[in-house]
This record gives sequence, C-alpha cells and structure tokens, in this order.
Amino acid sequence: MKKLINDPRSVVDESVEGFGLAHAGLVTVTADPKYVTRKDAPVAGKVGLVSGGGSGHEPLHAGFVGLGMLDAAVPGAVFTSPTPDQILPATLAVSSGAGVVHIVKNYTGDVLNFETAAELAQAEGVDIRTVLVNDDVAVEDSLYTAGRRGVGGTVLVEKIAGAAAERGDSLDAVAAIGDRVNSNVRTMGVALSACTVPHAGTPSFDLADDEIEIGIGIHGEPGRHKIPMENADGITDRLLDPVLSDLGITGGEKVLLFVNGMGGTPLSELYIVYRRAAQVIAERGAAVERSLVGNYITSLEMQGCSISVLRLDDELTQLWDAPVHTAALRWGV
Amino acid sequence: MVLDVKWAVRWLTLCAQAMAENRVWLIELDRAIGDSDHGENMDRGFQAVLEKLAEAQPETPGAALKLTAMTLMSKVGGAAGPLYGTAFLRASTALGDAAEIDPERLAEALGAARDGIVARGKAEPGDKTMVDAWTPAVEAAQAAAKDGAGTVLGVLVAAAEAAEAGAVATDPLVARKGRASYLGERSAGHRDPGAASSALILRAAVGAAA
Repeated sequence: MKKLINDPRSVVDESVEGFGLAHAGLVTVTADPKYVTRKDAPVAGKVGLVSGGGSGHEPLHAGFVGLGMLDAAVPGAVFTSPTPDQILPATLAVSSGAGVVHIVKNYTGDVLNFETAAELAQAEGVDIRTVLVNDDVAVEDSLYTAGRRGVGGTVLVEKIAGAAAERGDSLDAVAAIGDRVNSNVRTMGVALSACTVPHAGTPSFDLADDEIEIGIGIHGEPGRHKIPMENADGITDRLLDPVLSDLGITGGEKVLLFVNGMGGTPLSELYIVYRRAAQVIAERGAAVERSLVGNYITSLEMQGCSISVLRLDDELTQLWDAPVHTAALRWGV
Repeated sequence: MVLDVKWAVRWLTLCAQAMAENRVWLIELDRAIGDSDHGENMDRGFQAVLEKLAEAQPETPGAALKLTAMTLMSKVGGAAGPLYGTAFLRASTALGDAAEIDPERLAEALGAARDGIVARGKAEPGDKTMVDAWTPAVEAAQAAAKDGAGTVLGVLVAAAEAAEAGAVATDPLVARKGRASYLGERSAGHRDPGAASSALILRAAVGAAA
C-alpha cells in the first residue's frame, strides 16, 4: 500500500502541523498536547464547543473549527480516541466562563476518555455538558453491543450546535439543540474497499473485488454483513431504507440529505447516490430542504459513502443556514 | 521471592517488552474484529511508562503502579487507555504505601484492578472483553492466596495461567461490548485483543518474580 507519508508514527503530528500552517488565519495548533483551537478562542460570553476523536476522518474534526462551529478539536492517533491530557487543556483553552459542550461520538474509547476529561474540567470549575452522537442505524441490536455509533450525523450536530452557541444560547440550550439534532438524524454507510491504517500496513478488513460491506463504521471496522456488489441505485436503497424507517419519515416532512464520501470515492459517484436518495425521499412525499455532498467524515482512503437524513424544523434549518467559517465548511461569511 | 518496588519495575519493564514483541500480533487480532490499533497503542503506552519510571524512580510498588496508571491514561487513548489506567490505579490504591506485597494483598490488588475495569467499561464476563481474562485470573489468585501455603509467586502463576485460559476462551464468544460488538456473530472465532494483552501483562508479572 502506497501512502504519501514520511513515517507511520508521525502521520498525525505532521498532518495537524500542515493543517495549522494552511489555515493559520482560522486556527491555532498546539503541538503537545495536541489540539486545535479557533483563532479567537475563548470567545467572550460564548459557550465553547469541543469535539475530538481518532484521526483519519478528516476534515472531521479540525476542519470544523472556526466561526459558527467548533471552538476546539482534539485529534487522537489514527482511529484512536484522544486522551484526557489533550481534551482537558483544549476544554480550558476555549472556556470563557459560559461552559463547554463536549460533542462525543459513541465509541467506547471516545466516551471513556471524554468522561474522564469532563470530570477533570468540572474539578477545575468549568461546567461541562456532553452531547453523545449515536446516529448509526447499522447497529441493529444495541442491547448486545456498545450501542449505536456516532457517524455522519456528527457533522450536522457540530454545525447546528455551533450555530446555537454562536447566537448566544446558554450551555443547556446548546446541549439541548445538539441532542435534538442527534435524535432526528440517522445514518448508514457502505464500504466498497477497506482502508489501511498507516502503522498497520494492511487493509483493515478483507473484501473481495465483487463484494461490498454494508453497515460500516468510520474506523475501518467491518460492518454487519458482506453482500455482492450492486449498482449505485441498489446500494443507495439499501442504505436509505433503514435510515428512513428508523427515523419514521412521513409525507410532508422536511429533511436535510447528507451524502458523505469515505475518502476514496469520487464526488461524481456521491452525486449519483444523492440523485437516487433524493428521488426516494420525494417518492415518500418528504421534501429535501437542505443538502450536503462531499467528503466530511472519512475513513482514510476507504471507498464508499454514508447517507444521513436529518428531520428539519424551522429552527434547525435556520441554524444550519447560519454563517460558518471553517476550513471545510464555509458560507454566509 | 519478595514483591517490592524492584519487582514492580521489572514487571512493568517486562510488560513493555511483551507489548513491543507482540505489537504486530495484537494489531492483527484487532484488525480481525476491531480497528487495528491495540498493539500500536499498548506498545506506545508502555514505552512511555518506561520513560516515566526512569524519571520518577518510585519508592513503593503502589507508587510505580500509580505512575503507570497515569501514563497509560494519558498516552494510550482508545478504550484500553482508560481501562488499563483505571486497573493500575485501583491496584495501586489497594497496595497503599506498603514496601512489600504479601499473597493476600496481591490477590486483593488484582481484584481491585478487575473491579476498576468492570466499573469503567461496564462489561460482564462472557462479553468477549478483557474482563474475560481478569475474572478467572482474580478467582484463581484468590484461591491460591487463601491456600495458607500460598506464596506470591503461586498467586501470580495462578493468575497468569487463568488469564491465558480466559483469553483463549474468548475465541468462540460473540462480542457484546467494545468495537467488536458491531460485528455480531462475525466476531466469533477470533480472540479478544484486550483479553490477549491482559494475559501478557499478568504473565509478565510472573516473569518479574521468577
């Protein structure tokens, strides 16, 4: 496997350093412990938003640091959650006294490390609320698993909660908006190929040329089942059906449709998926009011995509439309 | 054999050695049912432990384990960092500032480590996690310590053997906690990487006392 790297052990350090150089106007990168903060953090009177997780999902999370979205992002090693000794200083760096919201994807490691950091931050006098994102409908039986994973919906939670914090909402209000987005978004993903973690050197799971993996997470972990390759419309239906039924979307509702690339699928193919997904939603009598298509929460160079549907109300739409200025998302400014 | 701070430092050194030697194997186990990072994280974490031990020169076994706990929590990440961090922290608390550990105290510390893992990870025996190595290890350690004739080496050997058997016994299990749980039935037929690394840690404790 060829990779544009210097040394597997310095991938995250060098990548984050480059990110800081490329977006010096937007963010400040702290090298040890590693975290990325909004240039003007802490913003006086504003609730701080901190997210983080394993690296390898770029632009998530550092690409979403900036006006109207995150105040800090904490990158861990590839596919490994960050540690409390990173999360705590990042939290303190963006705390203006109005409290800090941690946006955490529901993976055992992320939950445990953020939980520890939140306890330490509380001990330092910073009020913390945690929004747990668990939008992955591929996890069928949450009683016998670590629960639904946080995947594509994370981007939407970060954008919308970020807008709520930017408009001056209180700590509890920002957390409530984050929870509301999470409970109204569902996602399912597919892999056409596995990805290769730099230090592992071999693909994270085995997939034959004519097979696809349905229900993948974002850490290169295998999904629920392998099935033979199908065409784009067929795969789109397989992903979208469980998303729409779990969400209980009915006629007359408004939604945001998010087709996310896993890193190795061209945008042209993502639009083919979007086309079919939009048709199906229209056939159900719902209206796609907002859309997002692109590589926003990736799995290194994995080929594949995920489809997220968020049920919109007027307030969520307004917050989605609010100005945002980050490395990966920018509008209204 | 006396379990003092020298033993503790030897143990942690052997842990670091075991993680370096088994890095690729643990990555492979994790690749099958997880996300390929366990060997890398454990290796990085225990190398950092060695550096800290050299710097801080702890004076009791408990202090050495506490330093290990803090380092693993801050360097390992993933679920393994907080879980092993909590395990070593609880064991350290159970040992207090004793200069030497007797068999009963040793069994008690192992039990405290296991309880810490259970409290943090909320996994139960049979969930295909490191708890499946620690639970039989603690039971065997307690039985060996109660034996009257129990020696610290006897307790450590009993714990290591039971942990190794416990790790092997995770092979057929279907995971219900941790990242492997997303695989459902497909997680059966693979060893749990956390149970495997737990067995390595307990085996290293024997090596340090032999």
